[in-house]
Amino acid sequence: MSASTSGEIEPARLNQESLRVQGAREQWMLLSLAAPAVVAVVAVIVIPVGWLFYLSFIGSDGQPTLEHYQKMIEYKSYARVFVTTFEVSILTTLLCILIGYPLAYFLAMLPPRLAGFFMLAVLLPFWTSLLVRTYAWLVLLQKNGILNDFAISVGLWENPIKLVHNMTGTLIGMAHIMLPFLVLPLYGSMRKIERDMMHAAANLGASPAQTFWKVFFPLSLSGMVAGSLIVFVLCLGFYVTPAVLGGGRVVMVATQITAILENQFDWGAASALGVVLLVATLVILVVVTRLFKLDAALFGKH
Amino acid sequence: MYALDSVDLEVRSGEFLTLLGPSGSGKTTLLMAIAGFNRPDAGSIRFGETEMILTPPHKREVGMVFQSYALFPHMTVAENVSFPLRLRGVGAEECASRVATALETVQLSNLGDRGIDQLSGGQRQRVALARAFVFRPRILLMDEPLSALDKKLRERMQIELKHLHEQLGVTTVYVTHDQREALTMSDRIAVINDGKLAQVDTPHAIYNHPASSFVADFIGESSMLPLICESSGRLSFENHLVATDFKAEAGSEWSLVIRPERLTVVRDEAVDPDQTIVFSGVVREFVYQGETAFALMSISDKYDLSFRFGTDASSAHNEMQPGDRVSLGLNRRDVIIIPRGADL
Repeated sequence: MSASTSGEIEPARLNQESLRVQGAREQWMLLSLAAPAVVAVVAVIVIPVGWLFYLSFIGSDGQPTLEHYQKMIEYKSYARVFVTTFEVSILTTLLCILIGYPLAYFLAMLPPRLAGFFMLAVLLPFWTSLLVRTYAWLVLLQKNGILNDFAISVGLWENPIKLVHNMTGTLIGMAHIMLPFLVLPLYGSMRKIERDMMHAAANLGASPAQTFWKVFFPLSLSGMVAGSLIVFVLCLGFYVTPAVLGGGRVVMVATQITAILENQFDWGAASALGVVLLVATLVILVVVTRLFKLDAALFGKH
Repeated sequence: MYALDSVDLEVRSGEFLTLLGPSGSGKTTLLMAIAGFNRPDAGSIRFGETEMILTPPHKREVGMVFQSYALFPHMTVAENVSFPLRLRGVGAEECASRVATALETVQLSNLGDRGIDQLSGGQRQRVALARAFVFRPRILLMDEPLSALDKKLRERMQIELKHLHEQLGVTTVYVTHDQREALTMSDRIAVINDGKLAQVDTPHAIYNHPASSFVADFIGESSMLPLICESSGRLSFENHLVATDFKAEAGSEWSLVIRPERLTVVRDEAVDPDQTIVFSGVVREFVYQGETAFALMSISDKYDLSFRFGTDASSAHNEMQPGDRVSLGLNRRDVIIIPRGADL
């Protein structure tokens, strides 16, 4: 009897329905793993940001308005804040590249085991509290701090140099804190470059310097762009370090938002600043990612 | 313990020499030393009369095809091939014509503008090759360049590489662990084992006159039987007299190497014992492998002979079954005698 029933179903449709149900069930189970994260993202990011977005269009009288955005265009102080923010972010990123590239290169040339040890030195500060590190720099850099005392005692300079509560201090602290974000992706991309590539370049007649500039550097570029992007975007919204080491002289967007909320309790103006920063960040991300993809096509997928 | 120990090898101008050995034998180490990528503890590498051991790799004028090809992914095919020329300051016009010639030689003329990631494995291999010879190096080194290709393509490339070598006439040192590849392509083969040279000779001599049991075993298939020298010059295996005038002293130990394809099935009564040694035994195993079939025959309690034969319709052995009694004849001219290795 079983032979006759199975004979009625075409072989092409055999178990078709059960297999489809099984496949769908597996997909739903996989999706359910992501559910907690999706709920969290909606609860702590999408809803509050949406709420801030809404507030930025509401005036002090409770009516919809564009006054917060108009103020940003009219008052020069706002423009200055944005200029400072981008200045600090760009300079920090450049500093990180300047310090981080040779460091990542050094790590990538070491045998993996030794590289792991040195990587610890890069990561150790990463695991320490941000606030602790920032205040540590304050102790080191202040007028009668360790650095000034030492430099004067060995005669490098005579009077204490102002290293903190200004742009210099902010950049030193920021670069230190951001360094691992650049070094990690850069190191990863350098490790992926086969040793044979370097050998091939040398074999074809390239001196060590030519090998570096014509082969190694272009191949490490993708890691450098990725790391720089992370550093730059993190810098844009950074609060603690510029607030502490800038000493009120380096006013970035995040600091300005706090000031508006503390002094004027103006949620609308603060939200508008936040929205502009968010949009600016997204635009930069999209543009650089586009450029980066263009690069990936130029340099081949590797 | 050294990766290479007392290797003394001379590569003749224009020849195709293959370094053949199992993995870990030191063949790649030797190639890397020639290219200048590793620093030997001691030794001398001379190109002609010039000592090169202290010359950095980028001044050695040695072309190399890497196992991984090591093509630059951020350059097109043409840019890869012109890389060594641009480094040498070759003018744009000559550079373009030499790249075109090189790409033509490896039959990739129309792919110059392609990216490396748009090429198949065989095409990448050709680009790596063109890049290695375009600047007319003094030596061309190849480190298992065909190992990543599938069997059919690999066999075609072997022939192509051989033709290319004839066409360019450049001295070539080729590394492989594939003995068939070595036999196919080489003018001479240097067999390397445990960091030492085991034998250097033509493919024909290496196959027919292996110098040691390692070479006999590593190259081609073989059965090895122990030979006893009872009295001066006379070597025998059990009751088979193998040689009567071999330069050996009484009591010395030797091995008889038998290539499976040199054995033929014989009828005992039709054999001239002056020309043929006959081994009789029972077929233990029979494996059909397409173009040939392979059988294992017990000739005594301790020893087996492997035996390979054609599978054409007229072959008398297609019906062979385990348990059959068979007599196999070995022509005395195909007898290979080597000093007894540690493995017998």
